[in-house]
Amino acid sequence: MTQYFAYIQHAKGEIEDTAAELAAAAKAMGADSVTAVVTGSGIDDVAGKAGEFFNEVYKIDNEALAYPNAEVVRKALVSVLPDDAVVLLSHGTFAMDLGPGLSVKQDSAYLADITAIEGVEGTVLKTVRTELGGSVSTHVDADIAGGAVITLRPGANEPAAGGVGGTVTDKSGDAGDLSAKRKFVEVVAPEAGGVDITKAEMLVSIGRGIEDEDNIEMAMELKEAIGSKAEVSCSRPICDAKWLEAARQVGTSGQTVKPNVYLALGISGSFQHMGGVKGGIIIGVNKNPNAPIFQVADYGIEADILEFIPALTEKINSL
Amino acid sequence: MEILVCVKSVPDTGEEEIELDGNDLDYDELTYVVNEWDNYAVEEAIQIADKVGGNVTVVTVGDEENEDECDEVLRREMAMGAGNAVHLMDEAFEKSDARGVATILKGAVDKGKYDLILTGAQADAGYGAVGGMLAAMLDYPYASLVNKIEAAEGKMTVGREIEGGNTEMNEIELPCVLSIQTGINEPRYVGIKGIRQVSGVDVPQYGAEDLGLDESSVGEGGAKVKRQDYFIPEAGEGAEMIEGSDDEVIDKLIEILKANGGL
Repeated sequence: MTQYFAYIQHAKGEIEDTAAELAAAAKAMGADSVTAVVTGSGIDDVAGKAGEFFNEVYKIDNEALAYPNAEVVRKALVSVLPDDAVVLLSHGTFAMDLGPGLSVKQDSAYLADITAIEGVEGTVLKTVRTELGGSVSTHVDADIAGGAVITLRPGANEPAAGGVGGTVTDKSGDAGDLSAKRKFVEVVAPEAGGVDITKAEMLVSIGRGIEDEDNIEMAMELKEAIGSKAEVSCSRPICDAKWLEAARQVGTSGQTVKPNVYLALGISGSFQHMGGVKGGIIIGVNKNPNAPIFQVADYGIEADILEFIPALTEKINSL
Repeated sequence: MEILVCVKSVPDTGEEEIELDGNDLDYDELTYVVNEWDNYAVEEAIQIADKVGGNVTVVTVGDEENEDECDEVLRREMAMGAGNAVHLMDEAFEKSDARGVATILKGAVDKGKYDLILTGAQADAGYGAVGGMLAAMLDYPYASLVNKIEAAEGKMTVGREIEGGNTEMNEIELPCVLSIQTGINEPRYVGIKGIRQVSGVDVPQYGAEDLGLDESSVGEGGAKVKRQDYFIPEAGEGAEMIEGSDDEVIDKLIEILKANGGL
């Protein structure tokens, strides 16, 4: 019988909110019982917190696991988990580091960034995910008879209720050899100084639709027209192209912002980008009527931003 | 340093609407380009080879159907400065999942001797899986989402992009596999002239048999993960669309901005 596991990420003594989503996703696959796996050093407290959502908690405590280096965590999991384990992870930079290699070592199916679980028919798991930068969705089937590693998009599954009261089992003795050819050194915080978009009440945020470095000026002029409460932010491609500095990037890999109004101009609305927008109303302007931004925004305008921005600026200046 | 960079030809999605033909992509409407992440990987490989010496080889996986697109991508990366290219092509490779692609690439790695293998952090399907799988198959160390590399003798210091704009620094032994994040460098421009210069270069093609691959481990038959269709999700509640003449739309927007503390 298939055993379901959820790898629980934690920081500063707290488990991540996504733990409850993993528990719910396992239930959607028909799991009667789900086991949380917590790795780290000195983690009794954290393991207990995971028991809030899971029937059982495997604790793997070892100094080599003090920082979650995916290469080390993988070795521990391969030693502790059964070959046909179905392992759930929250999709993010750690899961992307761990998941593919873990699936190879477990000789099991790998499904990444799943947005919905439709159920299990026999040994076939039926899921939904997106491709091509979120512009199309697909139904994807995986045979999980031999196990699976599945990463779930954060926020896509309703979190499960707590109060389960699972018991903690110490599996530290089964972790095996934890030596690795990749060693964690340190985490470097982004450079401080310069612009701070997290304080702005109004964000004029531009994406790929701005098309050319010369057009950045349009966004700056709109910001000037609005005044001191506004700042210019952007999506990843603009920073990658070095058209704006990294401090202006909104998203899971950039800044988290909470403006009154987030005006997304020519931004497609990928979940990595929208993961950085945590409040206020969102207005999307895009020439593609199927752009994902129109699913997450409060208001939408179908327009070419290269014509729309100057027209809006002119109107605001005339007020 | 011998560097292998795995590249892929992908549909150009840009800002345009994706057209479907039934439950599949409308392939007649698609143009193909090199996967964005791969350009950064190739640029990084060229910069490392320039600095510490060595050669850059680009490799891609395809079948008869996309032979031209694969060839184009390899030549484009050669025009950037990769010295060699290898085209892995076989009917048996069609509809491989990420595991299948990694298996095919391992066949190519086993035929050469590489100190460093780079992939893009992800491609069109968005799994971001091939690099990590290839590393596990080779028993090489792996780091994903790399946005900084300092090369030294026998090892490297690499930065991984993690949440919140932070960078996770790691020391990694060679040989290793790294998946490269966009923004790590500024990929050089490739002009028509550069592409013309490599148009006559011989690019070897290898099939399943040349790579010593069991055909059942790749392609549709070997895939544990199978895409069933493409679809555009039913629009949910979604955004309230502001409609009307250009002037009306802008007036309504300004009202909304004022009402919500944006103006």
